[in-house]
Parts: sequence; structure tokens; C-alpha cells
Amino acid sequence: MASQAWKVTTDPLFNNNPIALQILGICSALAVTSQLATSLLMCAALTAVVAFSNLFISMIRNYIPSSIRIIVQMTIIASLVIVVDQILKAFAYDLAKQLSVFVGLIITNCIVMGRAEAFAMKEPPGLSFLDGIGNGLGYSLILVVVGTIRELFGSGSLLGYQIMPLVKDGGWYVANGMMLLPPSAFFIIGFFIWALRAWKTEQVEKADYQIHQVHRTEVI
Amino acid sequence: MEQLLSLLVKSIFVENLALAFFLGMCTFLALSKKISTAFGLGIAVIVVQGLTVPVNNLIYQHLLKEGALAWAGLPDVDLSFLGLISYIGVIAAMVQILEMFLDRFVPALYNALGIFLPLITVNCAILGGSLFMVERDYGFAESVTYGVGSGIGWALAITALAGVREKLKYSDVPDGLQGLGITFITVGLMSLGFMAFSGIQL
Repeated sequence: MASQAWKVTTDPLFNNNPIALQILGICSALAVTSQLATSLLMCAALTAVVAFSNLFISMIRNYIPSSIRIIVQMTIIASLVIVVDQILKAFAYDLAKQLSVFVGLIITNCIVMGRAEAFAMKEPPGLSFLDGIGNGLGYSLILVVVGTIRELFGSGSLLGYQIMPLVKDGGWYVANGMMLLPPSAFFIIGFFIWALRAWKTEQVEKADYQIHQVHRTEVI
Repeated sequence: MEQLLSLLVKSIFVENLALAFFLGMCTFLALSKKISTAFGLGIAVIVVQGLTVPVNNLIYQHLLKEGALAWAGLPDVDLSFLGLISYIGVIAAMVQILEMFLDRFVPALYNALGIFLPLITVNCAILGGSLFMVERDYGFAESVTYGVGSGIGWALAITALAGVREKLKYSDVPDGLQGLGITFITVGLMSLGFMAFSGIQL
């Protein structure tokens, strides 16, 4: 039991990462990462929603008729997101303003729906809760990496503290403006996936069309 | 009129939902392998977006906004916290109704779009469009323009990406980048291209 719980929690970090392998929840991963602080807040909000939606859906999984399960899940998720949204507006108003519509978009974040459908409908509440935490952490891992790179190289700071003094303030670091622009998030995640798959080679996708038969005898 | 035209151009190119706000990325990446699929999904998004944004606009302006219930004698009621759940409900219902309507009256279109329609309910571009409409406090005419425009922008982006990916499969990509990795980098480059539109004012 203990080992299964551990596996359910840690598997989504590298072996079955929701963003890098399952292609879930990418929208918000890209949009909120220009600063580390907003990334962290988004991670916390999403992890809370996934964990609790998994918990509640798993609790009532035996009572949901399968024909209307999507709408039941949607209602539970939307209610949880409203709670999170109101809490953020009450306690972290400035950051919540910066996240703008992306807190609301947790509802349609495929991670939440995907885990509810794929895991919480089959497994007991305790394990589902851990699965939610695990997937939230897998998502957070990528967001924190991307957020750190973008804020550090884009504005030379982390969480608002100046790490590398900028040239315009008399320091030595010339800020890389592209890091603050949307496209850089795509490049960073693309390279992150490359690095992850270079390490875990079983995640490599097969090519649709083979070009060099000679060099790649091992596949297809 | 000029203002609406400017909003239309802005929502298609400058504030492209897929390439500037990253909305609807999951379907954007998953279903862009073939041009025909991508185009079908794009059309479905234009239709649904063009319907749900104005409907949500009416709900927001006349039911949920602070003081909007004044016509019912309740000027102090602020129901805006119910926004998220009502928008997603409207979207799910509209998609369902559209599906039944097409099945009954336009079977050809239904067969073409059939499999994509249910997917659209959980497409963040649709909910995102409604949330941006609320955040920017659009009027009814503006919301119609914004809905159609942002839908067209999304369709344009996914069709363009599908075109690139159809050619890309004949190129020699490093193993680790195969599939998802190279797609991310392609989208990044496309998004960089779309940034050239920023600053355009009509």
C-alpha cells in the first residue's frame, strides 16, 4: 500500500509527466510563466483543484451514472475553481489580477478532467487524492523550471529580487527581452521535452516516415 | 463600425488566441497532424465561439454583473462569482444543442464536424474567449465581433500548423525531439511570426 501510494505520487513527475508526455494542460503552462511568482501561485491553485476534484469525484464515483458523468465532474471542478478564485482574490489580489483569466481556465485544464476520468473514476479516494497531488507536482515542475528560466534571463531577477544587476541600473547583465515574450515558453518546453526524452529514452515517439534506414536500424 | 473592424483584425491577428494567449493548446497540438482534420476543427471552433461569446455576454450583462439585476428590483445583488460555472454550463449546453441541430437539419456538416463538437466543450479557447469578453467588458456588438474574430484566428493558426507538420514529417528530426518536442518549437517560431502583427492599428 505504502509503495503504491509513493508510486502514484511520484510517477507523474518524470515517468508520466502530464505536460511532457500526456500533452495535458499546456495552455496555462505557457501563459503564466513570465514570472516565477505567478507560476508558483498557478501551481498551488492547480494542485489544490486537481487533488480535491479527484478526492470528491472518487468519493461519489459509485453513484454517478456514466451517461452524465462529464457534467457532474464539470460541476464539481467548476465549484472548486470558484472557491480557489475567490480565495486568491481575497488574499493575493495583485497576483490574481496578473493571472487574469487563467485561474478561471483551470476548469478546462485537461489535467483536471483527464485525471478525474482516467483515475478518480476507478480508484479509492485516498489514492486519487495522491494521484491529484502527484499530477499537480508534475505540472508544477515544468512551470517552475520555465518560470525560473524566463524571469532570470528575461529580467535578471527571481521572485522580484534582483539576482543579476541589469545594465540599465548600472550592472552587467543585458536583459534578454525575448524571454518575456510568449514564444520563448514554447522553445523552453520544447527543449525540456528533448532533455527529458534524452534521459528517459522509452518516451521517444516513433517517426511517421523513416528517412535514414541505415542509421536507425533499431526502430520501426 | 470602424471600431468593430479594428477589433476584428485585432482578435484575428494581433491577439491570436492560440499563438499569443496559448488557449486551446491541448487540441491545437493533438489534432494538427492533418490539414483536413485541423480545418474541420477550426470551422467548428468559429461556429461555437461565434455563438457562445455573445450568449455569455447577454448572461453577464443582464444577470450576473454587479447591479445587473436592477430590472428585477434587486439593484444591490452581485452574482459575478457565479460567472465561471454559468459560462461553462452555457458552453456545454450550446455545444449539445448545436450538435442536435446539425444532426437534424444539416447532416452533411454534422458528419464532417461530428467527432470534434464534443471536444470543443473542454477547449480552453472557448471559455477563454468568454472570460476575456467579461474582463474587457465588451458590449453586445463587440462580443459578436470578438467571438467570430477570435474563432477565425484560432482556425487560421491550427490550419497553418497542420500545413507545417504535414511537411515536417519528411524531415530528419533528432530522436528526443520527435513528435511533441519539434511541434513545440515550430509553434514557437509561428508565434514569433505572428508577433510581427503587434502594434497594427486600423
